[in-house]
Amino acid sequence: MRHSIRRALLAATAMTAAVALAACTSPSTDGGDDGDFEPLTSIKLQLQWLPQAQFAGYYVAQDQGYFEEYGFDDVEIVPSGGDIVPQDALVAGDVDFAVAWVPKVLGSIEATGVELTDIAQVFQKSGTLQVSWKGDGITSVADFEGKRIGSWGFGNEWEIFAAMAADGLDSTSVSITTQDFSMNALLDRDVDAAQAMTYNEWAQILEVVNPATGELYQPEDFDVVSYEDTDGAMLQDAIWADTARLESDPAYADAAVRFLKAVTKGWVYARDNPEDAAAITYNAAINAEAAFPVGPVHQLWQMNEVNKLIWAGGGFGLNNKAAWDKTIAGAKSAVNQDGLNLIEADPPASVYSNEYIEKALAELEEEGVVVDGTYTPIDVVLTEGGQ
Amino acid sequence: MRSRSRRTSTVVWGVIGVLAVAGLWELYKFLGPAEGVVVGATEGQTGSGVMILPRTHDRAMPHLWDMFARLFQSTSGGDSPILLVSVVQAALLTLGFAAVGWLIGVAVGAVLGLLMQRWRLVEWGVLPWVVVSQTVPLIAFAPVVNAIGNQIDRSGTPWPQWFSVALIASYLAFFPVAVGALRGLGAPDRIHLDLMRSYAAGYWPTLLRLRLPAAVPYLLPALRLAAANAVVGAVVAEVSIGMRGGIGRMLIQLAGQGSSDPAAPWGPTFGSIALGLVAAGSVAILGLVLSNYRRGEATA
Repeated sequence: MRHSIRRALLAATAMTAAVALAACTSPSTDGGDDGDFEPLTSIKLQLQWLPQAQFAGYYVAQDQGYFEEYGFDDVEIVPSGGDIVPQDALVAGDVDFAVAWVPKVLGSIEATGVELTDIAQVFQKSGTLQVSWKGDGITSVADFEGKRIGSWGFGNEWEIFAAMAADGLDSTSVSITTQDFSMNALLDRDVDAAQAMTYNEWAQILEVVNPATGELYQPEDFDVVSYEDTDGAMLQDAIWADTARLESDPAYADAAVRFLKAVTKGWVYARDNPEDAAAITYNAAINAEAAFPVGPVHQLWQMNEVNKLIWAGGGFGLNNKAAWDKTIAGAKSAVNQDGLNLIEADPPASVYSNEYIEKALAELEEEGVVVDGTYTPIDVVLTEGGQ
Repeated sequence: MRSRSRRTSTVVWGVIGVLAVAGLWELYKFLGPAEGVVVGATEGQTGSGVMILPRTHDRAMPHLWDMFARLFQSTSGGDSPILLVSVVQAALLTLGFAAVGWLIGVAVGAVLGLLMQRWRLVEWGVLPWVVVSQTVPLIAFAPVVNAIGNQIDRSGTPWPQWFSVALIASYLAFFPVAVGALRGLGAPDRIHLDLMRSYAAGYWPTLLRLRLPAAVPYLLPALRLAAANAVVGAVVAEVSIGMRGGIGRMLIQLAGQGSSDPAAPWGPTFGSIALGLVAAGSVAILGLVLSNYRRGEATA
């Protein structure tokens, strides 16, 4: 008797569902199994800093309507002024995807046991430099010995320690000191070599007038150690997703692929139209609340340099095992002033995945988008203050 | 007539003071060594020694007229508004945070002052903690408040980030009010208290008719100090929790670009000075309303 009641109930439910389905014009259901889900149309992307050309691809995708093209009604790009740690915001569920440097996330993963996946390695190369005055003889990491080396800290210092470890140097033989985000420490010779990103602080120093000549400082005035050429090079800007959610929520996995398609298209646009992309980002930045970006010329320089880091010959955003192994080896060998390693053990295998970016690239290729190749740099003439 | 001439001389002296600071700046910039003076430096060791005279080159000390001219150039180049407009917008936002912080601080401080005055035991128990609270470094304390705020926010109750800033501002603001209220409420003469007792007035009438009016000369300077403290607290809080939009964050942001644009960070610096003056000045308006009770106050 009870049995038949349950069967009747089941039948009734099935019929109601069928009627509801038939009545519904959209293919959405309540998400009972993997094939059926309500597609996500509203997502949030967390950046690791304020709007600038470093994040041009995302602002271009917004501006050119690529997010709408791939089914998002509303994509919010959330800047950070240092108040929001991207991976923490992602873990807390405040945002759906986050842009962050690989070594910083590796540190968070080991320290807190969270599970995050790098679904697109946007920057294929490291953009970190150590800049010193020409004639001071600091042309390689080995020359750091006995010198005062500037670094920003906040997790930006691990490439320095990894490169030093590979050269047998530690913090007893090199004095590592915290520098601010201006380049005054080097200009005033408070440090022997200052940390700089190719796309930001390196340009800032070249936007300063040399009092000796009355002209801007020239690259020839400095020696530059590029960490990309050292064993300390680590992967930087990557798009991170929540590992568990990728596995359990098909709508999220689907959104990841669509999101990557739009983002890839944004970066392709930036590759082919660096001037426009820099202008789009600059306009987004000056209209954003309190971003105070450096001027338009600086943004164009940044766009040019960022493109060089992204378009390294292979497909956009693919995770390269060799680069990952190098990053992890560096993170395990790097020892900071307090004698600590960035990480002690290998991260879980789920730390990066090419599944989503490969799917996105394949679909884009079908649509006729060229998603790989190298970038032909343009000539950017810097001006005082980058304005 | 006498008061008008006194007011004029106050203004004149104020202007002379500002001009003196400006003159000292330019004089030192003219006379001082461009690279400063360092004593005890070891040859070939960068960063050794102690700098006893600061650098005077244009990156370290821009000319005053450069700072002034910078205020009327666009903040970030291109179509962005002039720096002065950005500074005023940011300063108004910070003023709002500081005002909320001031109100919270005054409320908390006044309640603490009342309780401490009413019961000696509370004074003994609480006053040392009130003093100790001001020795906690704000830059360590601010991120903790922000982190707690974020936790509350995620659990469903909205906690806007600016509220963390206001709360941290109130932490600095409550102290002078609490101490000022304690002193002021205890200020009436014995003879006046005895008079109230002979009228058979209880605690509340005594408080309302005698203690509060007597406390005004103590409270007004305390409120002014609280206003200045609230501004300092709000600016420091913005910097240490990375809250965007206000003057503190703007200062950090422009200072980061200071190598190639050294005059720019002085815009928000002047902005925060003006902010402190406006905040303390607003309390002076309160003083006009209460001028009947200000007889005992020393002019400051």
